[in-house]
Amino acid sequence: MATSAASRINDFTLKIATVNGTGSASANTLLMKSIFRSGVPVMGKNYFPSNIQGLPTWYEIRVSREGHLARSGSVELMVALNPETYARDVREIAPGGYLVYDSTWPRPVLLSRADITVLGVPLARMCNENFDGVRTRILMKNICYAGVLAALLNLDPARMRGLLEQTYAKRPQLIESNMKALQLGFDYAREHFSCPLPLAIEPMERTAGHIMIDGNTAAALGCVFAGATVAAWYPITPSTSLMDAFKGFCERLRLDPHSGRKRFAFIQAEDELAAIGMVLGASWNGARAFTATSGPGISLMNEFLGLAYYAEVPAVVFDVQRVGPSTGMPTRTQQGDLLACAYASHGDTRHVCLYPADPAECFTMAAEAFDLAERLQTPVLVLSDLDIGMNDWMCPEFHWDDAYRPDRGKVLSREQIEKLDKFHRYLDPDGDGIPWRTLPGVHPKGAYFTRGSGHTQFGAYTEDAHDYQVVLDRLMKKWQTAKTLVPRALIESAGREIGIVSVGSTDSAVREALALLAAEGVAADYMRVRAFPFGEEVERFLAEHALVFVLEQNRDAQLRSLLTLETAVEKAKLRSLLHYSGLPVSSRFIVEGVLAELRGRSSAAQPSAVGA
Amino acid sequence: MTFIAKPKLTHPSLPQNALGLTRRAYEGALSTLCAGCGHDSITAAIVEACWRLSLEPQNLVKLSGIGCSSKTTAYFVSGAHGFNAVHGRMPSIATGANAANRRLTYLGVSGDGDTLSIGLGQFCHAIRRNLDMLYLIENNGVYGLTKGQFSASADLGTRAKKGETNLQPPIDPVLLALDLGATFVARGFSGDKRQLVPLIEAGLKHRGFALIDVLSPCVTFNDHEGSTKSYAYTREHYEPAVFADFVPREAPILVDYAPGEAREVALHDGSRIVLRKTDSDYDPTDRAAAGAAVQSRMNSGEYLTGLIYLDPSEARAEFHQVNATPDEPLNALPYEQLSPGAQGLRKILSRYR
Repeated sequence: MATSAASRINDFTLKIATVNGTGSASANTLLMKSIFRSGVPVMGKNYFPSNIQGLPTWYEIRVSREGHLARSGSVELMVALNPETYARDVREIAPGGYLVYDSTWPRPVLLSRADITVLGVPLARMCNENFDGVRTRILMKNICYAGVLAALLNLDPARMRGLLEQTYAKRPQLIESNMKALQLGFDYAREHFSCPLPLAIEPMERTAGHIMIDGNTAAALGCVFAGATVAAWYPITPSTSLMDAFKGFCERLRLDPHSGRKRFAFIQAEDELAAIGMVLGASWNGARAFTATSGPGISLMNEFLGLAYYAEVPAVVFDVQRVGPSTGMPTRTQQGDLLACAYASHGDTRHVCLYPADPAECFTMAAEAFDLAERLQTPVLVLSDLDIGMNDWMCPEFHWDDAYRPDRGKVLSREQIEKLDKFHRYLDPDGDGIPWRTLPGVHPKGAYFTRGSGHTQFGAYTEDAHDYQVVLDRLMKKWQTAKTLVPRALIESAGREIGIVSVGSTDSAVREALALLAAEGVAADYMRVRAFPFGEEVERFLAEHALVFVLEQNRDAQLRSLLTLETAVEKAKLRSLLHYSGLPVSSRFIVEGVLAELRGRSSAAQPSAVGA
Repeated sequence: MTFIAKPKLTHPSLPQNALGLTRRAYEGALSTLCAGCGHDSITAAIVEACWRLSLEPQNLVKLSGIGCSSKTTAYFVSGAHGFNAVHGRMPSIATGANAANRRLTYLGVSGDGDTLSIGLGQFCHAIRRNLDMLYLIENNGVYGLTKGQFSASADLGTRAKKGETNLQPPIDPVLLALDLGATFVARGFSGDKRQLVPLIEAGLKHRGFALIDVLSPCVTFNDHEGSTKSYAYTREHYEPAVFADFVPREAPILVDYAPGEAREVALHDGSRIVLRKTDSDYDPTDRAAAGAAVQSRMNSGEYLTGLIYLDPSEARAEFHQVNATPDEPLNALPYEQLSPGAQGLRKILSRYR
């Protein structure tokens, strides 16, 4: 990695340590959006507590002229405003980096490092002198440090004003007070420090055609465009904002222009068991329905997911994964539900899973999930995570094809049923393992009994060994069909010996790591799986590489387990890179993990340091 | 047993309803319950009520959970879709189904275990939402399929077949429903079809959540001396408070009621319920009084039956009114009305640029 100060223009990480509930989020968003609007690629990650007010919170902003949108693994500029975490925040700064702190009160430990530059700003004092009211003073302190950073990083105050005007369009009185606080910080920094710092922003043209959006909002938008009409859920972090966004979009976009009636039903259920039940009831009855939840909700939904699999009822479930097990760390990210979702529920069950890597895929895969669920008549789980779901990501602007029409699958019309001698729900009339389906209220000849108990291919109750197996085997045939319909894995292969496999939100970290490894002389191919079941391309990639690193964000190597269970890959050649701290993986972690393994291999006596 | 086909021979002289259908059109598969089971009588009452209402079979949706009672939805109206959910979770399936298509008639059949133990939460919340459905409990105070354990509706002091005495107070669905704001609350007895059929007709037509708790003795596990849910005990101790006659829209009232005895309540679709009180002091439109009367009878070991409470105005908003959904079912809205399109997307995304 580059170390000379001059090269840090548009290439550094800054981190802001505050206390939650003080309004720092709006200041951080303002900073990030200002950088984005300067045309410089930027990543923002919010590490917040599961708490309303008073616990430590951090916001990490990475600026990358190369467009690397993962954590780099180092922090060059720290704004340390939380006394509780001050010592560790100071420790985290890379040598040669900068510390901004509130010099209103003395910090005895602040000189504990000689290898960083310390910049004291009397934020509290300035705000106390210039604003009235405790709450206002606290809020303005945040905007004030944004002003300091604007000066230090060479951000354009006019651009920031524009953003404030956009944010507070409906409350214009806030624009002036915010601008005043911004200017206080800006002027103080200009007066006391040599601005800008060597790590600064220079406008570029690299964000044109891009948007900054979080994955939950993007997924909600996907549901709107897919034509979903029934949304049932139980509040749980970090999925809540997905449902809030859906409701918000629908209340603007789905009102009957004449009557004002709502072309959607939004149901806050009594728990996750009811939420998934409502989704099944609505889907069974011909509406596009979905729920959003996180790990604990998936655990509760297991029984109904098994019913949906066996009785062949479509459903779309968004699992915005957080840290488990149990309640875990609700505001930290993980990929810990891969196995729980793939095989949710007792008995022989398996579910179609989609793995978006960013908000753009949350949008497209949301729509795709409904098509797959209805085509395959089975639940489709979209496994996002807190990092994608709740952080704003820079991604190419979404597009929509107006030619799109929902694929409602093999639902028989009234006329089709009329022509049938007799309708049988669970036959395989087309040889793809997918039966015909009817909706209630259409035709009495289409009526059938939906049950989770043993049933024959004609839909009747059974305890007969053969009749039971016929249906179970046909479900497996349907699973083979699913393999051909789900999104392909993305593969970048040049016939190298080493392959790296990832899933979901770690994509950008892997891409940067690949470039860094190449610079170290280690060339590797790359595959990102995007769906379960795995297609034959996954099988092939694993077969073609002698050594395969599997990077994922859980302790138990769940993706690696899935790969060994569902493909013919030789287990020994899969090496795990496991990151499960609750923070998104950095590119540095991957580079170090790969290099350590390769070093271990070259000194043959030494056992592998990573993996298994 | 459901795999035995019933003969579908129809005698030409069988009476037909307004749709030209005989009662046979409202039957289902052959029951697999024990001979003499109260549930089979309720099934027969449902067949009769649906036939009398001239329901289009495909416009009925049958929902159930798990247990003996929940099996019965296979035994009536074979021309209707049925959904046998997981144990205790029928109300959520009903909620979703109803959300998707408000035009159909939703009939949930559940048991005391399915409703009052594993499914208590969902039952309560369906009432809170005033979901437009008839929820019928086939209440026998006992778990049948697992062979005779007490359920949550078992009365204090009742004795199990194997001799154990129940020492926990029951959860009474009628009192619970009254407390939670249900707009139609009734109790019946599987052995009194004359009372039950009009209750089912009225419950199916009522807009909002209608509960009928039907005492339905289990001949195998709860029909012995010492049980408070046996046929003998129930016959002795059930006390009709209000008879409810259901009168379809535009049909004349043919019965002569004594002055002051009957009170007519109009439903939203023009049909009517005529309430006949057996005790002139009882007011079935007074929620608090109805609850007190049920409680007081229960204290003396008796079951007050009939249409115990009816919100005469149907004023409480049902699920779709609360959600302000259109009259047209959500599952029938054309895609063009649901998607903002490519141009709409560009507009939406402007604030994310």
